[in-house]
Amino acid sequence: MLLDEPLIFERGAPGRVGWDPGGIALEPAADLPQELQRDDDLAGIPELSELEVLRHYLRLSQWNYAAATTFYPLGSCTMKYNPVVHEEIARLPGFARLHPLVPPALAQGALEVLAALEQALLAISGLEAVTLQPAAGAQGELTGMLVVRAYHADRGQRRGRVLIPASAHGTNPASSAFCGYAVTEVPTTARGLLDATTVADTMDESVAALMVTNPNTLGLFEEDIERVTEAVHARGGLVYMDGANLNALMGVARPGDMGVDVMQFNLHKTFSTPHGGGGPGAGPVAVRASLAEYLPGPRLVRGAEGWSWEEAGPKSVGRVRSFFGNFGVLLRALAYIERLGGPGLEQVTRLAILNAAYLRARLQERFHLPYDTPCMHECVFSDRTLADTGVTTLDVAKRLLDYGFYAPTIYFPLVVKGALMIEPTETETKETLDAFVAAMVAIADEARAEPEQLRRAPHATRWARLDETRAARHPVLRWRPTGGSAEA
Amino acid sequence: MSAYTPHTAADIAAMLAAVGAGSLDDLIAQVPASLRARARVDLPAGCSEPELRARFAARASRNSGAESVAFLGAGAYPHHVPAVVNHILLRSEFATAYTPYQPEVSQGTLQAIFEFQTFVALLLGLDVANASMYDGASALAEAVLMAHRLEPKRRLVAVARSLHPHYRAVLATYLRGLERLEVREISWADDGRLDRGALDAVLGESLLCVAVGQPNVFGVLEDVAALSARAHAVGALVVSATPEALALGLVRSPGSTGADIAVAEGQSLGLPLSYGGPGVGLFATHERFVRFMPGRLVGETVDANGRRGYVLTLATREQHIRRERATSNICTNQGLCALAVTVYLSMLGRQGLRRLARRNYDAAHAVAARLGEIGAERRFAAPFFNEFVIRAPQVVARWEQLAREGLIAGFPLGCWYPELQDCLLVCVTEIHTPEEIDRLVDAMRACAEGHVGGRSGACCLTNP
Repeated sequence: MLLDEPLIFERGAPGRVGWDPGGIALEPAADLPQELQRDDDLAGIPELSELEVLRHYLRLSQWNYAAATTFYPLGSCTMKYNPVVHEEIARLPGFARLHPLVPPALAQGALEVLAALEQALLAISGLEAVTLQPAAGAQGELTGMLVVRAYHADRGQRRGRVLIPASAHGTNPASSAFCGYAVTEVPTTARGLLDATTVADTMDESVAALMVTNPNTLGLFEEDIERVTEAVHARGGLVYMDGANLNALMGVARPGDMGVDVMQFNLHKTFSTPHGGGGPGAGPVAVRASLAEYLPGPRLVRGAEGWSWEEAGPKSVGRVRSFFGNFGVLLRALAYIERLGGPGLEQVTRLAILNAAYLRARLQERFHLPYDTPCMHECVFSDRTLADTGVTTLDVAKRLLDYGFYAPTIYFPLVVKGALMIEPTETETKETLDAFVAAMVAIADEARAEPEQLRRAPHATRWARLDETRAARHPVLRWRPTGGSAEA
Repeated sequence: MSAYTPHTAADIAAMLAAVGAGSLDDLIAQVPASLRARARVDLPAGCSEPELRARFAARASRNSGAESVAFLGAGAYPHHVPAVVNHILLRSEFATAYTPYQPEVSQGTLQAIFEFQTFVALLLGLDVANASMYDGASALAEAVLMAHRLEPKRRLVAVARSLHPHYRAVLATYLRGLERLEVREISWADDGRLDRGALDAVLGESLLCVAVGQPNVFGVLEDVAALSARAHAVGALVVSATPEALALGLVRSPGSTGADIAVAEGQSLGLPLSYGGPGVGLFATHERFVRFMPGRLVGETVDANGRRGYVLTLATREQHIRRERATSNICTNQGLCALAVTVYLSMLGRQGLRRLARRNYDAAHAVAARLGEIGAERRFAAPFFNEFVIRAPQVVARWEQLAREGLIAGFPLGCWYPELQDCLLVCVTEIHTPEEIDRLVDAMRACAEGHVGGRSGACCLTNP
């Protein structure tokens, strides 16, 4: 079906109103002073009927691949099934209509949800205090690094550096820089892992923290993690763990036991809240008890009359978000945790690892594995076996779309040339994985037989390859009322 | 064993065989035994879907505040949401996609964001908007950081004390890594607007920007044009923050009154209160500043066949390319919430938006007039949108008691501003019925006339 769907601004007709909430008829109040009144008549805002609006957005929805419609092996993003019952729960009026400033006595159900989630995250991480306020993983990182900074400042120490492995997510160095830190890259071994001796050699009293992702972005467990964290602690540093890959750890290893001092959770990954095309997420931060006083406030406390909020103390890094965080996301994460329970979460991790190990085993004959270390929940291939065909990682990714799969994460981590980072998650069946393997093998064959075909992929999608260079060179970032979406 | 995993025993056996492992435990043999031994997830067993529903329904029922007659705004606003908005948000094609890295199969998300950027730019009256931020408060903080990138030599940040306290608090947090910058709070004048004298005192060549709420936390509309003229005269930037975005249907846009960076909280436009989140931050600025902007951007382009389409663009500002030199550490946006705003504004349309904003304005003014008649005078004389401050010490004293009886008669501002201990911030929108308004007026009259005994006082639950 090749129906076109113009921009919403190119639809409708003047005078049409899609929706009017009604409400009481009132005496019109005196107008605002002229200089405060909107003076552009809201020109450009479209005017459509309800059906036109519905059709428009339903059509747009049909142009998306999504985890619920398609295998979505986007590495590092944990695109598992998002249980639809959570959508019902989040829309219960008792939650949806609850204003954040009602007295805590009238919001005990919501506070119980938050308290239960805090307890669950502490049990899973082995840490001792947690804030649910950060709105996303990256904001959690920022919060965690501010905690690190406040901890050292409180001890009169001006440590200026943070150690980060080259394979880390870009948000790690960006969050560190945000807190005023210089970033020092830590080399990894030929097996793709951190080495405690190297870390110890790099450590000194100018280092505030090591930021480590475990499993790392190659999908490999940092086997030396206990000695690595010891080396950091020995010189007075803290260890921050990026919790992006927590789906590989439940029932396998707790960050607190590894020697981690601070971490963020990406609830939209491990705890299956919908990614929403890029948010909303939630990025709670857990710490050791000795760092609790630096967390953002307000904090949940239990008193004689139930749960309430208590302002953070003077050492807190302060708020990172208005009110109490992305409650609707936190709610869904708790629903997921309670539905599965402790044993269920452990099973999640084991089967996520099994699925990744299976894909790794099935694909390694045709695609090059840069590290032969056993993988956890995801595996990373390079483009080496394609090198003599002229076909690139990007071409493979685009061709996968023709086979009805979303593409893996590509060209990340940066330490692997032409990386293809595949995270199947535990909710996929063996049949789906087999079909994906078959597609990858077929593409590897096509790379030899008809490389030109691959370089122009995708062919079966509604859009052919889009010109990203043009978009960046001549940015058109909005529609304009006159002359359609012409360049500004 | 686990609710959502599909593996049969035969699947597991076949997959282990393909891997060459004897058991699931073999797959984690590389994890030190010392860690594995202590790693049990110490949580109760799971439950069925009906049990889960019942458990959460019971919790929801313990939020009696959700059924209160509440005249609460103060940064989160109760409005009706069209059924179409929810219907679209429930589409798994939108809800379970992620960052549109593969634009050929993500045009739904991308076109919707492009439309969102356009709506935001139109509403805020500026050239370009990003794909959204976490919320209004963090958007304000990011705006000040962007001003700092534009004018790195200037070090003074003037912030209206009447800007929502959570916005000021988040700004303070975000500035912790930038010790060069100094925040100076500017008080309000007697009419509730920014104090001109206090502003004049900070004008000078070290002034980086002036950050002001429009409306401010008292619901008062600032004279942004006048303060912009003064700030611009010394080369400073103006940053405006709109916590109640519906006001923009009636009130002159920040951009047209001189704001250089305008942000807003979009919750009012199609999102439920949901105990304060998720919301969505709107962020717009001048075209010439675009390369200094934080956050994702979607731009128009064509595909290999010349068909119009959309892609993520100008990514060289962002953390995954630039790492520690990025304009922000932000990775995603608030995609689904931005979609809600987009569908909501499409449903209202130009006339619906203006009409709804006007209805809020009229309703709030009608209630303010009635409260004035019973002696609850407005504390500030400047124009307002759908929220206003009254002096009502007897009501404040009985606020918690009234709340327990199911009437939340506004927000006691003493929680945030000690000098406004006897004041309530009252918000009226299209959701309030004549009966509910009567109940508010009657309760306030009873308090004022001393017909109700006892004293419980207001509880301060969220100081900044």
